[in-house]
Amino acid sequence: MTSLLTCKEFMQELSDYLDATVDAELRRKLEVHISQCPNCFVILDTTKKTIEVYKGVQPQPIPPEVHARLMKAVEKKMAAHKPGLSS
Amino acid sequence: MAATTDAGVFDESGLLAKAREGDLAAFSELVNQYSRKIYRLAKHITQNDSEAEDVLQDTFLKAFEHLGDFHGQSKFYTWIVRIAVNESLMKLRKRKSDRTVPLDEPLDTGEDTVVREIAVWDENPEQQYSREEIAKILDEAVESLKPAFRTVFVLRDIEELSTEETAQALGISVPAVKSRLLRARLQLREKLTRFFKRKGDDVFAYL
Repeated sequence: MTSLLTCKEFMQELSDYLDATVDAELRRKLEVHISQCPNCFVILDTTKKTIEVYKGVQPQPIPPEVHARLMKAVEKKMAAHKPGLSS
Repeated sequence: MAATTDAGVFDESGLLAKAREGDLAAFSELVNQYSRKIYRLAKHITQNDSEAEDVLQDTFLKAFEHLGDFHGQSKFYTWIVRIAVNESLMKLRKRKSDRTVPLDEPLDTGEDTVVREIAVWDENPEQQYSREEIAKILDEAVESLKPAFRTVFVLRDIEELSTEETAQALGISVPAVKSRLLRARLQLREKLTRFFKRKGDDVFAYL
């Protein structure tokens, strides 16, 4: 017999459960809870999907003028440090 | 020597060694490898294009300046992320008119973990929206978070730093990272559910 988790307790551990950083005992209690609580199951599932949808996003290219100014600044900085390398 | 090895693997330590000697091409390659992510990170934290550009430049200029101090204990990317986070946070703190909750001490009103929307998502929400629409939905949801939650979420779930790396980069404790991450994730889940829920589950959807 183990004590059942309340929904509030489940929510507190949700993030660690998704990151797989909970110990085996707590993991089991959390899994018992979701098997019996449809609402928490949906919250778990949609939180997991939220994380996944952000992880899949690739960064957009930098606007060309921003990139050009960055490379110019880098070049200037490096030339100042190594005068021999500047053109 | 080529910047990539025969197998096409990005030879970071080789590039770093050359960059330390002042090799512009080598350092430029490192910049090009990470600039998109650094710019995205800066934009997410500052939410301002011109400040994000400043952060982008200052991050790589400082990285070059301090390249001698980087001995490879952490990944190069993690190291420059830390510089970029510091630069971004300085921008936020400089804004005198900023009335948002301070970065280091979010108020716990209990509101942040309250769940209002409980609905199953559509199997493929990506198919309901164009790629641009999805990007906009995701960006606006992140932007709506308070800075303290936003920075943690961006570092952990977008830039994929570990909890410890995030704590180090922000100068906060591991438990603080975890508690803010939980709140950020739940708030985003709530916002995205409004867009991505399965329509048939909502009895009022077609009224």
